[in-house]
Amino acid sequence: MRPAPAGAGLSRLLWRHPWLRGLATLSPPLAWFLVIYLASLVVMLLTAFWTVNPFTNLMQHSFSTANFSQLFTGTYLTIILRTVVIAAAVTVTDTIVALPFAYFMARVAKARTQRILFTAIMLPLWASYLARVYAWIVILQKGGVLSWSFQKLGLGAVNIGYTNTAMWIVFSYIWLPFMVVPVYSAIERIPSSLLEASGDLGARNWRTVRSVLLPLALPGIVAGSIFTFSLTLGDFITPLLVGGTNSQLIGNVIYSNIGTADNLPFAATLALVPIVIMTLYLTGARALGAFEAL
Amino acid sequence: MRYRFQPLTALFAILALSVTVAVSAGSSAAAGLSAPEANASVPKTVGKGEGKLNLIAWEGYAQPEWVKPFTASTGCQVNVKYAGTSSEMVSLMANGGGHQYDLVSASGDADLRLIYGGDVRPINIGLIPSWKQFRPFLQSPSFNTIGGKHYGVSYEFGPNVLLYSTKTFKAAPPSWSVIYSKQYAGKITIPDNPIQIADAALYLESAKPSLKITDPYELTQPQFNAAVALLKSEHPLIKKYWDLASQEISLFQSGTTVVGAAWPYQTNTLKANKVAVSDTIPKEGATGWADTWMLATNAPHPNCAYKWMQWVTTPKVQAEEADYFGETPANTQACGYMDKIAKGSCAAYHANAPQAYFKTIKFWKTPLAQCGNGKSDCVPFQDWVNAWTQITS
Amino acid sequence: MIEGRLTRVLLRVWVVLVLLFLFVPVALIVLYAFNKSNVQGWPPSGLSTKWIGVAWHDSQVRSALLLSLKAGLLATAVALLLGSAAAFGVHRFHFFGREAVSLLLVLPLALPGIITGIALNSAFEWVGINLSLLTIVIGHATFCIVVVYNNVIARLRRVSDSMYEAAADLGAHGLLTFRTITVPMLSTALLSGALLAFALSFDEVIVTTFTAGAQNTLPLWIFGAIRLGQQLPEVNVVVVFVLLLTVIPVAVAARLAGSGGVARALT
Repeated sequence: MRPAPAGAGLSRLLWRHPWLRGLATLSPPLAWFLVIYLASLVVMLLTAFWTVNPFTNLMQHSFSTANFSQLFTGTYLTIILRTVVIAAAVTVTDTIVALPFAYFMARVAKARTQRILFTAIMLPLWASYLARVYAWIVILQKGGVLSWSFQKLGLGAVNIGYTNTAMWIVFSYIWLPFMVVPVYSAIERIPSSLLEASGDLGARNWRTVRSVLLPLALPGIVAGSIFTFSLTLGDFITPLLVGGTNSQLIGNVIYSNIGTADNLPFAATLALVPIVIMTLYLTGARALGAFEAL
Repeated sequence: MRYRFQPLTALFAILALSVTVAVSAGSSAAAGLSAPEANASVPKTVGKGEGKLNLIAWEGYAQPEWVKPFTASTGCQVNVKYAGTSSEMVSLMANGGGHQYDLVSASGDADLRLIYGGDVRPINIGLIPSWKQFRPFLQSPSFNTIGGKHYGVSYEFGPNVLLYSTKTFKAAPPSWSVIYSKQYAGKITIPDNPIQIADAALYLESAKPSLKITDPYELTQPQFNAAVALLKSEHPLIKKYWDLASQEISLFQSGTTVVGAAWPYQTNTLKANKVAVSDTIPKEGATGWADTWMLATNAPHPNCAYKWMQWVTTPKVQAEEADYFGETPANTQACGYMDKIAKGSCAAYHANAPQAYFKTIKFWKTPLAQCGNGKSDCVPFQDWVNAWTQITS
Repeated sequence: MIEGRLTRVLLRVWVVLVLLFLFVPVALIVLYAFNKSNVQGWPPSGLSTKWIGVAWHDSQVRSALLLSLKAGLLATAVALLLGSAAAFGVHRFHFFGREAVSLLLVLPLALPGIITGIALNSAFEWVGINLSLLTIVIGHATFCIVVVYNNVIARLRRVSDSMYEAAADLGAHGLLTFRTITVPMLSTALLSGALLAFALSFDEVIVTTFTAGAQNTLPLWIFGAIRLGQQLPEVNVVVVFVLLLTVIPVAVAARLAGSGGVARALT
């Protein structure tokens, strides 16, 4: 009888007791998250139910929903809505831009082109977020590269610097690689046979895309959208650099409340908003079956 | 058979623990209106350097020009953490600097928060010989000296000036009213800082004397509301509320804005790049900022900290800093050195201006509910921040 | 699906446009590295190579770069281990609270960095850990784990269970299956996850502000430099230098990632 291959004993143990396997795979990350990250977060988010007395600057340790009353007023609701709309717009934009690119990379390009494209998509990530956003200021400002190009093409000057449009463009630009990579991973895994079969059954290209390609690529799109959506929800640097006078996002208000006002409770209240939004988003995505393989 | 793994139970256990911790861990920020560290001991002499010094500073406040000679003569290796806003400095200094940082170069809008928060401790001003050469109004200003105790040493300062394009304005605008004027709609920029409400109040002090504003940082509710209303009406005229000095430089260089509130730093950088701008202090006066090097309550290297304070208040270093950053030294003897570095810079930064000039500048201080008149009906800073969010969003 | 000629042409045009979109700002960064003045106006007022010398002799830049590299490598290593483990756990085991764990793992991305930063800062202060490379790595690892997790689980959801059953039928035990089937299938997901995680860590500013001590990572140094704007060309020089450095590793990673095509051909 052949001796059992290495690791067989451990394998048997783990096979007999599935819960041990679950524990073994899940406990290191869970322990990590719970001990250091979650505990400190919970402590901080609990302060949302406290207030800071504006006259003494003392934190009042009594339960209060005053922060939430303040949150549900016009200004903050507008800011929250604006953040969600921009995040959604960026997600949709990046999905549309990324899909054909990822499809080409995964199914049409030869191996060498694929490698070059992969390098190309990852490379800008290394050119410092800050430096790239600063370059966009030069592109979008009055008399900047965009305006100059348009004028050379006879299209007239354009000045979209410091607007919500500028913010939308820059966000879409910055998060694009985070959408392309998961979508590419997902499309890459689609067996060619499925797509060929669809063609054999008489479906024209667009039908195949709609009924076979997109549903199978959906997990990748969802993974990418988690990045684009949540990263936009919490960002304040891009609005600060390229936004205009109506471009305050949730991140900016948290920034000013944490430092400027020492109003940690209200900042914590604001921080609950992206968490709630992402919870709803993920729940919705799951309900739509985006996470299950067909 | 599927075993139902229950990580959620583990989660609840940790959550319960966290709640207990939260309840017992106590509050974060400030104490009441007494400075918690008021009676902390101050040294009588400066001992041997500890070999290291950790600073929280504005960008440009620890340049190799004066850091290298400092390290060479004291042996204190300087590590700097750059902060972008006073707010960030306050956050970083929480818990007395967290046993990490020794000094922080806080501006007036942060000083009182740090003092009343117990994050900084008094110093022995007698150990800083250059202090005697300071301008009188910066030796014991109300934003860093409480009850006779110095919570740090003044460093440099500057006014918030009116910056304008000389192409649009043939002569310096005489009044701050230009930045509230529809004539320049879409071409105005002001700082993105709640303390700007004080600038509006300063303007209203002259423009609406019926409001009886005397101190732009101590505003009663009606006075505050008037300033906020003015800023809200200004909102559609503003192109951008600038957060970084480099942003405003970009705005003026591209011609996107033609007038706005700025620091002399922006004026001088733009002029150096041949952009046609100039600045002025209009007739209503101006707000200003003054920085103080404050000592952290739990500073791990206090001797190096004192040595730093001694070093950066000397005339030569004061001049080097003033030239790099574009501000005015507290030390009156720095003028000569400034002109040696850059001819005419002493006058450009008003380092030799008479006392009367400085009287027109209302320096930043944290707005508190406690007005100077013994009453407590002034609007506290938290409300300034809320109002500012409404104004700028 | 056979793509017609027109479709192929259109796809190529699209790809070129996207590449332009991605690289025009990068090209500007390269251009402005040679900007004579420190104000970024268009067109640049003049060209000069003096900033290369300035950057080269700047010791602050060197130490910032080194710190960023160390933090990035450590955070990515941690993220690879824990992120893929988490992805496995969530994918393979159906347990009560599974969705909650899923959400929990997305939290670091959903939460504004400033909240994470402040929360971690208070936690470190309370526990008594000094702010240093360790705390920077912990801060980065929180979102790096998410990146790896997301990538791996998206791939796992596309891999059919029949593979594992077939391997078991052929006599392979758990760990062998893991080594010979699972890991190769995941290799591209792991690789791209690692690259993304490292890029995120290398470029992170907000959380790092609160988890770093009196030290600068490269993004912190850049953030300081752009505030006043005196050193904008120097910043661009440094960024170009980093780009040149990373072309090789990223291209190598792409070459390795190309082996995913082999897996594709087998199905």
